[in-house]
Amino acid sequence: MQHLSWGNYPQVNKQEFKNLPSSAMNLPSFPGKILPRGLGRSYGDSCLLSHGLLVGNLLLNHLIDFDKNTGVLRCESGVTLAEILETFVPRGWFLPVTPGTKFVTVGGAIANDVHGKNHHASGNWGNHILRFELLRSTGERIICSPTENSDFFSATIGGLGLTGFITWAEIRLKKITSSWIDQEQIRFNRLDEFFQLSEDSEKDFEYTVAWVDCLGNSDQLKGIFIRGNHSAPPTNKTPLVTHRAGQFKNVPLFLPNITLNPFTINTFNWIYYHKNLRKKHRSITHYDPFFYPLDSILNWNRIYGKRGFLQYQCVVPYTQDSGQAISEIFRIIKKSNMGSFLAVLKTFGSISSPGILSFPMPGVTLALDFPYYGPTLLSMLTSCDEVVRSAHGRVYPAKDARMSRESFQAFYPQLSAFKPFIDPSFESDFWRRVL
Amino acid sequence: MNKKVLIIGGTSAIAQEVAKIYALEKAEIYLVGRNTEHLSIIAQDLRVRGAQETYTHAMDLNQTSEHPTMIQSAFEKMGKVDVALIAHGILGSQEIADHSPEHVVEIINTNFVSYASLLTCISTSMKTQKHGSIAVISSVAGDRGKQSNFVYGAAQAGKSTFTDGLRNRLFPYGIHVLTLKLGFVDTPMTANFKKGLLWAQPKSVAQNIASAIDKKKNIVYIPFFWRWIMLIITSIPEFLFKKLKL
Repeated sequence: MQHLSWGNYPQVNKQEFKNLPSSAMNLPSFPGKILPRGLGRSYGDSCLLSHGLLVGNLLLNHLIDFDKNTGVLRCESGVTLAEILETFVPRGWFLPVTPGTKFVTVGGAIANDVHGKNHHASGNWGNHILRFELLRSTGERIICSPTENSDFFSATIGGLGLTGFITWAEIRLKKITSSWIDQEQIRFNRLDEFFQLSEDSEKDFEYTVAWVDCLGNSDQLKGIFIRGNHSAPPTNKTPLVTHRAGQFKNVPLFLPNITLNPFTINTFNWIYYHKNLRKKHRSITHYDPFFYPLDSILNWNRIYGKRGFLQYQCVVPYTQDSGQAISEIFRIIKKSNMGSFLAVLKTFGSISSPGILSFPMPGVTLALDFPYYGPTLLSMLTSCDEVVRSAHGRVYPAKDARMSRESFQAFYPQLSAFKPFIDPSFESDFWRRVL
Repeated sequence: MNKKVLIIGGTSAIAQEVAKIYALEKAEIYLVGRNTEHLSIIAQDLRVRGAQETYTHAMDLNQTSEHPTMIQSAFEKMGKVDVALIAHGILGSQEIADHSPEHVVEIINTNFVSYASLLTCISTSMKTQKHGSIAVISSVAGDRGKQSNFVYGAAQAGKSTFTDGLRNRLFPYGIHVLTLKLGFVDTPMTANFKKGLLWAQPKSVAQNIASAIDKKKNIVYIPFFWRWIMLIITSIPEFLFKKLKL
């Protein structure tokens, strides 16, 4: 079975795969390099290792302990966020931070120090990790926490799986009284409106995000700002219901490459923008469509066809330049006429993560995904990198398949503090490319 | 009243997923498997998920002489058994079996002889309690022998025939016997197979198993479409079938 990345780009050569059978076992011995692997939801090549061995954590799917007073869960690293929700939402607990898919493992979430719609309020996934065990290729097991081996703790959070194999972790879950979200959707027509809405919403709304139409005809940036809070227990619904497992639609095969082209993408974005007739739309929605709209279609990445697709997510500090850099990136995209199917804008807050190589910084983040249009796409994204670099921002390694060595090292000047903690037997295609 | 569930082959990926479903319902669960350490990791997981109580019993299931003691212990510890699921097994290798009678016997012992012995022990105890479900994991491979895995298939066929008869025998006692004919499932046992559209995940298979037990079904194919696939495969005339490379 071939283990690709979620973007199906780039391809990978001669990669072997083995699941670690139990958390008590040592890593398999292998003549080449190895890399831990979870559900393979990283978009680019940070979860790939040509000529190497991927060591899967999916058999380490056991819960170890749960303290119902503090909400602290200890579990093996292959437990998925979906499973945590299925088990603990009915008991009134929720993930402290969640990315846009629940199909990631706890270990993968640590390795990429994932963030979500509540970054301004709660920081990263790594801000809620209390402790974990790191298994090194030597067989050494290092217990890491903010007070115990704190250097390995900081290196492993956002460390792209290069510091060792996480066998188990402790996460502090968050108390909820309802699995429903009070949601508001507000249309906006300019980038500064987005900034204003973000600023106005961050105090009173735990979750904020915006969808934008990056190819629209007008000069201005149209979009929908989405904000929400966990709602009070509704009177007409069961307060704590988990998502329905096993009832997903599936994309069984790769669709033809032509499926997503600038025309269909434009049409989709037009319809999406006009779906709400009023400027402001309020509703109560379940957490599943609110946080994980794409999870309802399994293997949605195949819609892009066999050529695959690229994600591009950057963050730029916006206080100094009031959105100049973001506007510039939108200009570059529009000029290229290469549409992004989904474009997402969100402001990051000032809570800093313990992770040395963590991606978020205070500012505004933009996430885009492009069908692999070919080398012109790569050069367009390189121009975007230039803009991000001059604005002192950075690009997200978990989603990257193409950034240059120079860009990566400029984005992450803290690199030298990270390197000593890399396990000498560990590597990834991403790492080979940027180092 | 919490369900009392006996799971034999408790470390198998499918059995673990079934156990999780019962744990959420706050069941008491008695796990039998070979590896003590693995069993205790699973038992702990089930308690965190909500199982009221767990017991672990490590043994080699090919030691049929130890079956009566193990079954007796499960019934004693939990007071009764509402659901017994037998899930252990090995795939074996047809290539090795082609020239190794030892391997043939090993496949048949694990996949059929141990089942026949366990089912006999469980039936004896369940007959006196006059209720309960016995669910047996079998395989679509038992529906027709084919060159690529007929030793494994023969053991599954034996198992299916045995449970069919047992269902008939135990009906007057109010005991439900379920034959689960599974297709391809993506588990550590099948790690080396190339996966395609016909493959199912252990979790969805487990949901089907739990629901078939609840609904007191007799014979189920999981996923459902295997009923139709096997209908086609079993309808091919033998004079043709013997020439195929299935």
